[in-house]
Amino acid sequence: MAPSNSTAHPPATTTPPRKGKLGPMARREARLALWMLAPTFLIVMGIVLFPLLANFWISVKPVTLSDLRPPTPVVSERVRGDFDIAGQEFEIQYRLRNSSRDGDITDVVLTDTLPAGITVIDPGDVCTVTGAEVRCALDGLPAGERTRLKMTAVSDESFAANPVSPRDSEPTVTGTSDNILTNSEFTLDNFARIFDSHEFWSVLWVTITYTVFGTLGALVLGLFAAQMLNKPFAGRSIIRGLFLFPYVAPVIAVAFTWVILLDPFNGTFNAILQRMNLADEGVNFFGQRDIPIDVFGLTIDFPLALATVIAFEAWRYFPLSFLFILARMQSISSDMYEAAEVDGATPLQQFWHISLPQLLGILSTLFLLRFIWTFNKFDDIFLLTGGAAGTRTLTVDVYEQGFALSNLGAGAAVAVAIFILLLVFAVFYFKFVHREDS
Amino acid sequence: MRIGTGLLLGLLTGLLWGTIAVALTGISLTLITGLPATPIISAGALGGAVNAAIIMLRAPADRTPGLYLVAFAGVIITMMLVSFGAPFSLAFSESSLIQAFGVGLIALTVTFANRAVLIDIQSGMLKRYKIDLVIVRTLKGFGFVFFSVIVILPFYVMVMTSLKNQQDLFLNPLDLSIDLTQGAASLFDSYVELFTKFNFGRFLLISTIVSVCTVLITLAFSIPGAYAVARLKFPGQTVLSSSILLIYLVPMIVLVIPLYAVFSQLGLRNTVVGLLIVYPATTVPVALYMLQGYFRGLPAELEEAGLMDGLSRFGVIWKITLPLALPALASVSLYVFMIAWNEFLFAFMFLDDPDIFTLSRGVVSLNSSEVPRQHLMAGAVIATVPILVIFLWFERFLVQGLTAGSVKG
Repeated sequence: MAPSNSTAHPPATTTPPRKGKLGPMARREARLALWMLAPTFLIVMGIVLFPLLANFWISVKPVTLSDLRPPTPVVSERVRGDFDIAGQEFEIQYRLRNSSRDGDITDVVLTDTLPAGITVIDPGDVCTVTGAEVRCALDGLPAGERTRLKMTAVSDESFAANPVSPRDSEPTVTGTSDNILTNSEFTLDNFARIFDSHEFWSVLWVTITYTVFGTLGALVLGLFAAQMLNKPFAGRSIIRGLFLFPYVAPVIAVAFTWVILLDPFNGTFNAILQRMNLADEGVNFFGQRDIPIDVFGLTIDFPLALATVIAFEAWRYFPLSFLFILARMQSISSDMYEAAEVDGATPLQQFWHISLPQLLGILSTLFLLRFIWTFNKFDDIFLLTGGAAGTRTLTVDVYEQGFALSNLGAGAAVAVAIFILLLVFAVFYFKFVHREDS
Repeated sequence: MRIGTGLLLGLLTGLLWGTIAVALTGISLTLITGLPATPIISAGALGGAVNAAIIMLRAPADRTPGLYLVAFAGVIITMMLVSFGAPFSLAFSESSLIQAFGVGLIALTVTFANRAVLIDIQSGMLKRYKIDLVIVRTLKGFGFVFFSVIVILPFYVMVMTSLKNQQDLFLNPLDLSIDLTQGAASLFDSYVELFTKFNFGRFLLISTIVSVCTVLITLAFSIPGAYAVARLKFPGQTVLSSSILLIYLVPMIVLVIPLYAVFSQLGLRNTVVGLLIVYPATTVPVALYMLQGYFRGLPAELEEAGLMDGLSRFGVIWKITLPLALPALASVSLYVFMIAWNEFLFAFMFLDDPDIFTLSRGVVSLNSSEVPRQHLMAGAVIATVPILVIFLWFERFLVQGLTAGSVKG
């Protein structure tokens, strides 16, 4: 926003703002403002800014999906012998197990409560019994290890008359394990793995192609549609509403519809192509990386799947640029067109010399914003192709590395790369878009 | 009739309209009636050119309804001659009524289109202005057809597929006609199955709860924040109001890994509460930006008067600002509702438990080879219909919200 906005509307209180030190009224107002903004600050800090920074941390950690479940000690309790016969010795057994195969657990402590009337004769090496409380402490439980703690006990008459199983009270067990996310183990393997692979550069290339053409496609379609609806006619608002459908409908619905519509074997679109003799057999729009095309005797490999997801992107987001361009066009004064008409300018000249210069501001703003949003887009490609057939962009790569290959660290490394590229875009945004907005 | 650029352009637009009309009519006939029609493109194109030529026989001022009638007949005759009596590659004896209707429709649309484009165009040499006029009119007409087709076709296929059964779909993917004699129960079979066996009623409920709660939380957070940014003076105000939009530029996928890790360890991952923490975080900045813009536009004098009369600051917001800002609140709410309803990424990453699936997550779970595709499309329809109905009902507000907020996508 322009700095002038804050001065254009004076603040509600009548205290004149003093330079330098704030007066008591102004200070109270600032404190109130802070309180009112606090919830927004907190949620944005916690859910947006913290994860952004956390990516840097995770990207230098050798952390995989399975590390998110830290090693925990698991216990089950057994009783051997007849505990319901008074004076008879029996054995209470705690079976301890480390849930993880890779992580050690230290300082394992087990606590349990025995029913009244049971006396422990031999608590074993690691357990101590005070009253009814049992407490066993182990130094460590290495990865994958199982161990048994045994105690010998007898029951008295009153217990035997009314026996309850010692197993009825659940033993609790705690332990400290090394959390890979918080320990001080660092590695640059993730970045090495990402940048070394030949794949990264092709992913980057696909991302740029997708972003540039997806953005341009949506803008050109939006400009075209806005030109058609600029002059009022019967049913204009209905058509405008209709044109917004692709944007308003949920992405899962339209993405799956496109997948089914373009299905190579029994999709309607392919059937239409075949019926019109435009294709001999079903074209696998989302599954085929390249198709050879003859241009003046030269054979070019046309990236079919990438082109199809770009078409989807342009289709789904043209309504947005359409709305903005239409709003801007409606605000161009008709005097200019009338004057041009009197001077004999043709419709195309009017578009080229009047409309387009007037629209340049909104078009460049839209281009930059849509460029960044298309760059950030994940859902569409993920649902359409899953990143197969040469359509894997950086955002899909985050998912691929982090979740499909279960290497969270590598996924975070890709996210860091995205973040750095975005910083570059953001500098552009502030240099150009912001100036034009104000 | 003079021969010049006028005639040439007329013939070209005639060719174009003829091609479009015959192709669209042929495909529509197939999709709607299930007839295996293959339109003969050349027949339609020539018909359109003949139509334009007949219209241009006379100067614009002398064109009578009779001339247009002749031009109309010209399309039909040309098409029948060029295609040897089978304009859709079908013997005319087969479903002759439908075919006749198709040919009539083509002739009618071609005549109207040519008339609209050539209404003041003579056949002789044209000035540049008139040439541009023909081009612009043709482009506009083409645009309407093009955009209508690309928008309507996917939604039409979505709805029709959901009403068919797997066997018919594989047999002839072009036949999207539905057999109305089979009765409602078997027609809406997929929907019944989704609601009874796939728990879609529950998904619908969860989606509604999540979306409504997101709207409420977003408003509760963003109203005070927007008011502070718009009306109160504090250090860093301008920096803040300009950097709010930066949150727009952060991709959700970058947040997924850290949030997944932290929420997993806190036990928030597979919960509705987890979603209700993440969704508002993404919508609050947008809402705050939209609302502060609106608040700035409200007259500050009213609020000052309220303060003078002894209302507290919150009294002023509650009794003066909010009632005045109702249209903006409606826009913001609708827009946030739409974002939450359509959200896919976090629902997909966070939710494993089918008891708390949102609709988006539920539809994704239908995307497997074991579930027939009409179920998938029925799921898509169930997810789409509520948001489209809300959109059409409140279109004005939502469009305002979309443009005012320079929306995120």
